[in-house]
Amino acid sequence: MSRKQVILGAYLGGVNHHTAWWHPEAGSQIDFSSFEHTARTAERGRFDFFFLAEGLALRERDGRVFDQDIVGRPDTLPVLASLAAVTTHLGLAGTINATFNEPYELARQLASLDHLSGGRAAWNVVTSFDAFTGQNFRRGGFLDRSQRYERAAEMIDAVRTLWDSWDADDLAADAAAGRFLARPDAGAFDVKGNQFAIRGRFTVPRSPQGRPVILQAGVSPEGRDFAASRSDAIFSPYGSLPEAAEFYRDVKARAVTFGRSPDDIKILPSASFVLGDTEAEAQELYREVRNQQVTGKTALILLEQIWNRDLSGYDPEGPLPDVDPLPDAPPFIQGRALVQQDRVGTVARWREIAEAKKLNLRELVLDQFERGPFVGTPSQVAEKIDSFVQADGADGVIIGSHLVPTGLDEFVDRVVPLLQERGSLRSEYTGTTLRDNLGLPPLPANPGKAVS
Amino acid sequence: MSEHLHLGVALDGAGWHPAAWREPGARPSALFTPGYWAGLARTAERGGLDLLTIEDSLALQTHDAFRSDDRTDEVRGRLDALLTASLLAPLTSRIGLVPTVTVTHTEPFHVSKGIATLDHTSLGRAGWQVKVSGRPAEAEHVGRREIRPVAQADLVGDGLPPQFVELFDEAADVVEVVRRLWDSWEDDAEIRDVATRRFLDRDKVHAVDFEGRFFRVRGPSIVPRPPQGQPVVTALAHRREPYELAARGADLVFVTPGYAGPAEQVLADVAAAAERVGRTGEPLQVWADLVVFLDTPTESGARRKARLEEVSGAEYTSDTTVFAGSAAEAADLIGSWHALGYHGVRLRPAVAVDDLAAITGDLVPELRGRGLFRPDEQAGSLRARLGLPTVVPNRYAAV
Repeated sequence: MSRKQVILGAYLGGVNHHTAWWHPEAGSQIDFSSFEHTARTAERGRFDFFFLAEGLALRERDGRVFDQDIVGRPDTLPVLASLAAVTTHLGLAGTINATFNEPYELARQLASLDHLSGGRAAWNVVTSFDAFTGQNFRRGGFLDRSQRYERAAEMIDAVRTLWDSWDADDLAADAAAGRFLARPDAGAFDVKGNQFAIRGRFTVPRSPQGRPVILQAGVSPEGRDFAASRSDAIFSPYGSLPEAAEFYRDVKARAVTFGRSPDDIKILPSASFVLGDTEAEAQELYREVRNQQVTGKTALILLEQIWNRDLSGYDPEGPLPDVDPLPDAPPFIQGRALVQQDRVGTVARWREIAEAKKLNLRELVLDQFERGPFVGTPSQVAEKIDSFVQADGADGVIIGSHLVPTGLDEFVDRVVPLLQERGSLRSEYTGTTLRDNLGLPPLPANPGKAVS
Repeated sequence: MSEHLHLGVALDGAGWHPAAWREPGARPSALFTPGYWAGLARTAERGGLDLLTIEDSLALQTHDAFRSDDRTDEVRGRLDALLTASLLAPLTSRIGLVPTVTVTHTEPFHVSKGIATLDHTSLGRAGWQVKVSGRPAEAEHVGRREIRPVAQADLVGDGLPPQFVELFDEAADVVEVVRRLWDSWEDDAEIRDVATRRFLDRDKVHAVDFEGRFFRVRGPSIVPRPPQGQPVVTALAHRREPYELAARGADLVFVTPGYAGPAEQVLADVAAAAERVGRTGEPLQVWADLVVFLDTPTESGARRKARLEEVSGAEYTSDTTVFAGSAAEAADLIGSWHALGYHGVRLRPAVAVDDLAAITGDLVPELRGRGLFRPDEQAGSLRARLGLPTVVPNRYAAV
C-alpha cells in the first residue's frame, strides 16, 4: 500500500490564551493582511486548507468583557471570500454555527464561496445552546441543549438538499436557443422537519464541488456517529497514540456501518508546534511560550471556568482553591464552550493530580490545559507528524502557531520540505478543489438525474 | 452639495435587460465565476467610478416584480452579494464596494459583522444597500413568517400597503442596530498593553442593548469598529416609506426619476421624507438610477435596445429612466439632473460587459470633459470619495 499523504490544515491563532499578542512580532488579528499572509504561507507549504474558528459573542467574566486575551475577530465567510482572491488551491474552511443561522441563507453563502473560490469551500458545523450568545440574535437562544444534534442534523440535511437542488446541467446558458435554464424548476426544494419547514427554489447553481466539504467535532458516541454519518472530516481531540488510534479506528468503523468507505471521512487533530535547532532549545522555547501564555491571572480565569466562581483572591503559585465549585450558579464565565461538564468531579480529580504531582495552581493549569503541541527540531516534528499519520493516529493535522501572522512561516520553511522528502506531502497541487486536495471521492454533477 | 457629481454602477448578472445574457460578449456561462466579477470590478475601477453595487435577494429573479415565474429564457440565480464584494476587495484598491444585503429575514448581528468585515478587508471601501424583502417566496425560503402577496394594483397613492409599512419599520430598526454594533467598539479599544497584560480597554467596548418592537440585540459586536467608523449605508427607494427609511438610516438613496415622478418631484419627495422623519446631521445624498443602452463602435444604443427587445419579445420597461443613445446625450441628461441637485447617478448597464465598457470608455471621459465628474483618481475611503465626513463620532464614546 502506498504511503499515506499527510493532510495539512492551517488555523489562525485567535480568541484564546494561546495566541501571543504580547510577542514583539505579533501582528493584527483583524487586518486582512494577517489572514492573507497566513493563507499564502499555507498555500506555499501545499497545505490542504486554511481554517477559521468562530465566536458569536465576546467572552465575559463576571459580566465584563475579557481583556487579557485576544478579543474580536472579523466575520468568517467574508474573510474566506477575500482569501479566495489571493490563493488558488488552498481549501477555505469556516466554522459556522447551525443554531444562529438559517439553512437557506447559509447554504447559499457556502455555495457562493465554493463558486467564488473555484471549489475550495468547507464548513465546520457547530451548534450552540448558549442563551448568552443568543442575546445577540433576534430569534434568541432558541435551542434547547437536548436539540443540538437534531438541529445540526436537520441543518446539514437541509443545506445538502439545497446544494443538490440544482444539477450542473441545469445551467444551460445557451444563447442561441434562448435557454438559460435547462428546466423551469431548477433549484426546487421542499424540506420539512422539527427544526425547519421551508420550500421554494434555491438561488445558487450547483457549485464546483457539488457540495462544500463538511467538517465536525465529536467525541461522545452520539457525536462520533453523527460525524461518521455525515461529515467529510472530523476533528480528533487526540494528538498522540494509542488513544488517537482507537478513536481513528472507531470513527472509520462507524462510517462503514453507515455505508461509507473508511476513506470517506478524514480524522484530523489540531496542534500547535514549537521548533528549535536542537531538541533542548525547542523544549526551552516551549516552556517559555507556555509560561507567557498561562500567567497567574490567566490560570485563575481558566480555573474559574470550572469552579464557576470568582477565584481572583487565590494565589496562582499556591495550592488549588479550597472552595467547592458552584455547578448551579449562573455562569461566571460566558461565551465559551465548557471544557468540562462535571465540575465537581473535575475539581476532585484535579485535587488528586495536584496532590500526587505536587503541583501548585498554575502548574496544575499548565498540566491540564495542555494541547499536546509538536515540539522539537524540524526533522523531529516532521517525523512525529508523519509517523503519527502513518500509524493511523490521524489522517493529518491542523497546525497553528501562537504567533500571528508569521508563526506558520518556519513550519513551511523547515518542516514542510522534510514531509515532502519523506513522500508524505505533495510538492505541487494535483487537483483544483478541496475535495481533490483531501482525496475525497467526487460527487455526481447531476444529483437530480442520479436519483431519478 | 459637492461640486462634482458621483458615479456608480449597479451590477446584476449579465446586465439589466432580460436578454442581456444572449449578447455575444455577455459570457452567460461565466456569470457564477470569480473571473467574471473581477473583470467587471476592474473595468469599473479603471474607469474611475466611485462605487459599484451588487444586486441580491433571497429568491430567484422574476420577470414581474410581484410574481414568481418558471421562465427559462432569462438569467436565474445569483451568488451572495456580500461574499462577491469580499472577493473583489483584495482585487481592487479604489472603488467602493456596495453589496445588497436583505434585512427582513436575516440577523442584524450577522449583517453588521459582515459589512464591518468587508470594510476591514477593503481598507475602508465598504457600503451596504439595504434591502427589504416583501416577496412571499423569500419568506417561504426561511420559513419563520408568512408574507402575503401584493399586486401592482395594491400600490395606490404614494405609499405602500400596510403590511409593507411594517416591514420598513422593522428595516429601520435593523439599520439602527447595525449602526450601533459598528460603534460598539471605540476606535482605540484595542490597547495591547503588555505591561498590564491587557489586550483591550474594556471600558471602550459597549453593549448596544437594542430593544424594539420587532427584536432585541445585546451586543457588542465581535468585530472591532470598521475603518470608516460607519460604512456607507444606501437604499433604493421609489415611494414614501422607502424614502423615509433612507432618510432615517441611510447616507445615500438611489431614486428612480421618470418612474417615481419627474426628476424634480422625486427630489422634493425625498426632501419631504427627510423633513417628516426629522433627519438631522449630514443631508441624505440623492442619486438617480439610470438604465443605459449606450452607443458602441458598431451599433447605436437605440438599435441595441431594439434588437434586445426583439430577442426578448417585449418592450423593455424599468422602474427607472431608460436611456438609449450616445455618451454625449447621456451626459446631457446626467448634467441636467446634477443641475437640479442630484448628488450622483447610478448607472445600470443594460448589458453588463458592453455598457460598462462604454460607460468607462466614453461616458466618463465625456462627463470629465464637461467638468461634471472629478478629473483625477483619489485613493482613500468610500466616505472620503463621496464627500461624507471621514471622522465619524462614536455614539458610545465618552464625551
